[in-house]
Amino acid sequence: MSQAAALAAGQDAVTPAGRSPRRRGRSLWEPSALLFVGPSVLLALAFLILPMLGTFFYSTQKVSPLTGDTTPLGLENFRTMLGDDTFVRALLNTALFTVITVPLSMALGLALAVLMNSVLPGRKIWRTVVYLPLVISGVSVGLIGTFLYNEVIGVVNKLLVALGASSGIPWQSNGAWAFISVVLVTLWIRVGFSMIIYLASLQAVPPDLYEAAALDGANGWQRFRNVTVPLVGPATFFLIIMNVIYSFQVFDTIFVLTNGGPGNSTEVLGTWAYKVAFGPTRDQGYGAAIGVVIFVLTLVFTIVQWRANRSRDEVA
Amino acid sequence: MAVTADQGAVRSRATSVSATRGPATRRTRTRVGLALRVVVAVVVSVVMAFPLWVMIVTALSGQSVFSTELDLLPTNITLDNFARVFTAWPIGQWFSNSVTVTALTTIISVIVSVMAGYGFAKLRFPAKTPLFLLLLSTMMIPTQAILVPQFRLVNALGLVGTFWAVIIPGAAATFGIFLARQFMIAIPTELIEAAKIDGAGPVRIFWSIVLPLSKPLLAVLTLLSLMYQWNDFLWPLIVLRDPSLYTLPIGLQFLQGQYQTDYGALMAMTLITVGPLIVLFLVFQRWFVQGFATSGIR
Repeated sequence: MSQAAALAAGQDAVTPAGRSPRRRGRSLWEPSALLFVGPSVLLALAFLILPMLGTFFYSTQKVSPLTGDTTPLGLENFRTMLGDDTFVRALLNTALFTVITVPLSMALGLALAVLMNSVLPGRKIWRTVVYLPLVISGVSVGLIGTFLYNEVIGVVNKLLVALGASSGIPWQSNGAWAFISVVLVTLWIRVGFSMIIYLASLQAVPPDLYEAAALDGANGWQRFRNVTVPLVGPATFFLIIMNVIYSFQVFDTIFVLTNGGPGNSTEVLGTWAYKVAFGPTRDQGYGAAIGVVIFVLTLVFTIVQWRANRSRDEVA
Repeated sequence: MAVTADQGAVRSRATSVSATRGPATRRTRTRVGLALRVVVAVVVSVVMAFPLWVMIVTALSGQSVFSTELDLLPTNITLDNFARVFTAWPIGQWFSNSVTVTALTTIISVIVSVMAGYGFAKLRFPAKTPLFLLLLSTMMIPTQAILVPQFRLVNALGLVGTFWAVIIPGAAATFGIFLARQFMIAIPTELIEAAKIDGAGPVRIFWSIVLPLSKPLLAVLTLLSLMYQWNDFLWPLIVLRDPSLYTLPIGLQFLQGQYQTDYGALMAMTLITVGPLIVLFLVFQRWFVQGFATSGIR
C-alpha cells in the first residue's frame, strides 16, 4: 500500500521524482514516445476531450429527436432548466444526497478503520466483509435493494415487524423514506472505500505519537481527536473529493432502486440527464445542458477543495 | 498490507498505562476493550453481509417469497429459480457477452495505459507535462456530461449496436495511465540507459525490461478494469439495443421490468451477475484493495 500512502499523504504526483537537468547534445525528442503515448492520447482526445467540448456545443442547440439535426438555441436550454421543477428538485436532491452521504460514509469509514487497525481477532475476515460491497455493480445493488425494501414482501419490513414494530415502513411509496433507502444503500457500498483509504493512512502514523500523547495524559478520545484526526487529514481531503464527485454523478443504484420516484423525490442530476437525453422525449440538447451543470459543479467543487487544502497547508 | 506498527502502538500504549495502575486492572481493561471491539466488528459485519446473504438465500430457496414469515435460512434448497430465468432468457449469451466485452476492453485499456505510463514516466518529448495534466484532468469528466456527444460520435462511426461501441470508448480510461506512470517512475532509469547502450531498441526495452518489472501494476490495472467493465451500466444501456447483445447488468435491469415480483428469479440472476466478481475479489483481494486505494475508483 505504499503508493496509496504516498497518494493519501498528498505527495505531488505530477512533478517527476528526481528529474535530472537536461544534458547537452541530447535530443529532447524521442521518436518512440509517439508510439507509446500516441494511442492513449488519441483515445482520450476522441472519446473524452472532444465529447466534453461537444457537450458545451450541444447544450446551446435544439437537437431533433428523430434526425439528430441541430439548430442554435443560445442559452434557451439553460433558461428551460430554471422553470423545470424536476431539474430543480434533482439539483436539490443531489445536493442533499451529497451532504448526507459524504460525511456519514467518511465518519463510519474512519471509525471502522480505527477499529480494524486495532488489536482484533479475525481482523482480515471483518475487513473483507466491509470491502465486499465495493465490487458489486450498482444495478445489482439497486436490485437487491428493491427486494429488501419491498413494502409487502421485503425482508426489512418483515424484520421490523418480527422485532415488534406495528407495521413496516413505506420505503417505496413515501418520498422521504425512499430517499433514506437510497442513502442507506449508498452507505452500504461506500463505507468500505473510506475505510480502505483511512486504513492506508493510519498505518503510516508513527506509534510513538500515541505513546507520547498517552504519557501526557491524553485519554482515548483526546488521542483520537488530537493525533489520529490531524494525521489522516490528507486522506480526508482525498476522500472528500472522491466521495463528492461520486455523489454528484450517482446513477445506477438510484435508477434501478427507485428510478427517481415516488414522484421525483429521489431524482438526481445523473438520472434526470439520462432520462431527458435518452428517455422518450430524447431532448439531447437539454440533456447536454444538464451534463454541463454536472461538469461545472464537479469542477468548481474540486477547485475550491484544492485551494482550501493548499491554504490550510500553508497556514499549518 | 502488513500491519505490525499499529499492534506495537497498542501494546506500548497498554504498557505505559500499566505503569500507573496495577497489572490486574490493565488486563481486565484490555479484555473488556477487546471483547467490545469484537462485538462491534461482528455486528458491523452482520449488517454489511445481510443484503448479500438475503440475495443468496432467496436465489437458492424454493420458498415462495410471498410468505409473510421471515425466512433468513435457506429452506428447500433448489435451483428452480435459475432454471426459470435460464429457460426464458438467453442468460448464457448475456454471460458470454459480458465476458467478451470485459476481456477485450481490459486487454486494450491495460496495454494502452501501460504504454502511455511508460512514455510519461521515462521518455522525453515536447509538451510532456501539459499533455499529462490534460489527460489527468479527463478523470474528472462525469460520464453523464459527455453522454450525448459520445453517443453521436459512436453512432456516426457506425458502431452503435456492436460490442465495439462499448469496448473502444471503454478503453479510454485515463486513470490507468496515471497509475502506470506513478508506478514506472520508480523503475531505475539506469536500467533503461544500460539496455540502450547494449543496443536494445525502445520496443525491446519496454518488452523485456519494463514489463517484467511491472507485474504488480499489471495485476492491479487488470483487476480494476475487469471490475469496472463487468459492472458498467449506463453506457452499454445506451449503445446496446438488441437483447442478444446485452451484457449482464443490462439484462438484469431488463429482467427487473419483466419479473417485477418474481424475486426468486431476479435474485438468481443477480447472483449470476455478482458471483464471478465476488469470487475474483476473494482470490485477488490484496490487489483489488491496493487498486481501490491507489486509484480512488468507486
